[in-house]
Amino acid sequence: MSNEKVKASEEQIAYANILNIGMWFGLAVLTFTFIIYVSGIFQSFVPIEELPNYWGMKAKDYIHVLNAPTGWGWVAMAGKGDYMNFVGIAMLAGLTIVCYLAILPILLRKKDTPYVIIAILEVAVLALAASGILKVGGH
Amino acid sequence: MSKTTRVLIFLAVSLVLIAGAVTVFASTEASEALPAAAASNVAWWVWPLSLLVVTFVLGIVAVLGGVGGGVLFVPIIGGFYPFNLDFVRGAGLLVALAGALAAGPGLLKRNLASLRLALPVALIASAAAIGGALIGLALPQNVIQTLLGATILFIVLIMALAKKSDFPNVPKADALSQSLAITGIYTEQSLGKDVEWKVHKTPQALFMFIIIGVMAGMFGLGAGWANVPVLNLMMGAPLKVSVATSKFLLSITDTSAAWIYLNEGAVLPMIVAPSIVGIMLGSMVGVKILARTKPKAIKWMVIGLLLFAGLRALLKGLGIWK
Repeated sequence: MSNEKVKASEEQIAYANILNIGMWFGLAVLTFTFIIYVSGIFQSFVPIEELPNYWGMKAKDYIHVLNAPTGWGWVAMAGKGDYMNFVGIAMLAGLTIVCYLAILPILLRKKDTPYVIIAILEVAVLALAASGILKVGGH
Repeated sequence: MSKTTRVLIFLAVSLVLIAGAVTVFASTEASEALPAAAASNVAWWVWPLSLLVVTFVLGIVAVLGGVGGGVLFVPIIGGFYPFNLDFVRGAGLLVALAGALAAGPGLLKRNLASLRLALPVALIASAAAIGGALIGLALPQNVIQTLLGATILFIVLIMALAKKSDFPNVPKADALSQSLAITGIYTEQSLGKDVEWKVHKTPQALFMFIIIGVMAGMFGLGAGWANVPVLNLMMGAPLKVSVATSKFLLSITDTSAAWIYLNEGAVLPMIVAPSIVGIMLGSMVGVKILARTKPKAIKWMVIGLLLFAGLRALLKGLGIWK
């Protein structure tokens, strides 16, 4: 059996490379912003010492009581110590979409139609989840 | 009893003791309407610090037990910390996601995780996980806690009873997997040869992944415990390919659910960041210990931990053990 057959496909390698870079970058950003957050250099939306009073609440009550942002509302508050962490979290959560977009041209070039369709549908599903359009009922 | 086994037992006992101490500290009457007043007696920094320590131990145990971090994280942190289960599940998804993202590149490059196998399955599971996340966030706290406990006990059963097959027999690939060309070859180093594989029962497996996706999104558990049996026992992928593809699959399934939790405000950086760092550092140490351990002893230790955490979640949800 030739070595070529055992090797990962071109799109698989491309996916892995982007995943690798993006994951470390996202983690580094998250770690850095968390250190800034707990150091108190930047003011937080919810003061750290008061946070234990709220983290026992359901998320919808937390949002309601503190008038905290939902969806992409955190972007406007990225200057606050706590919401700054969402940059790294969003990078990690958005990485898969970037990976799919990166392999699409390879799949197209290979004329791998079923997987082109699957990749486009997956991007649509993840984009829908990320969009904030879908909401839990009742509030 | 070997030295490593003694170390592992020590880790498990430490984990239970830390969790117990945290419970005493936080023996809150933290109802949904009332802020967790009792928790405010403890300095805020105790919580992220203890999360870092506990998730570090969980990271070691998860690698040695062959389970994802999320499945241990949610019941243990949800059962013994004062955080609402919404935030714990949001963090659990991100913990599982970070672990999957970290493992993904290596598994893909070594051709152990298969993109051709993962992509169709991921589409179904990630769409279902959105539904699961929406349902999970809408359910009352006690209901989700009870369901979580029951699910964890079900996982314990699966782990205790389900058999695994290194190289399942697949007489003929089904029509769907053939049309999608879901097949592959990887080098099995223990045998020193290349192993060619194909899969069958793809439509049935895709149906199973709807259920798996809903549960992953609803409980924030990750879903390796369910992915592997379906990929390995139902579809017939070799065990190593199933485990690796399952791990990679989590990076897609958990992404969709994580976005729902993020958009619904169910993500607290104070819980997420130390947990991710702790579990990843623990996983790195776990990988180093793995070579010197006996898998069976670890498997039963993980089952014991899950049984304890599952019972705690169930009894907490039913209002018996607050």
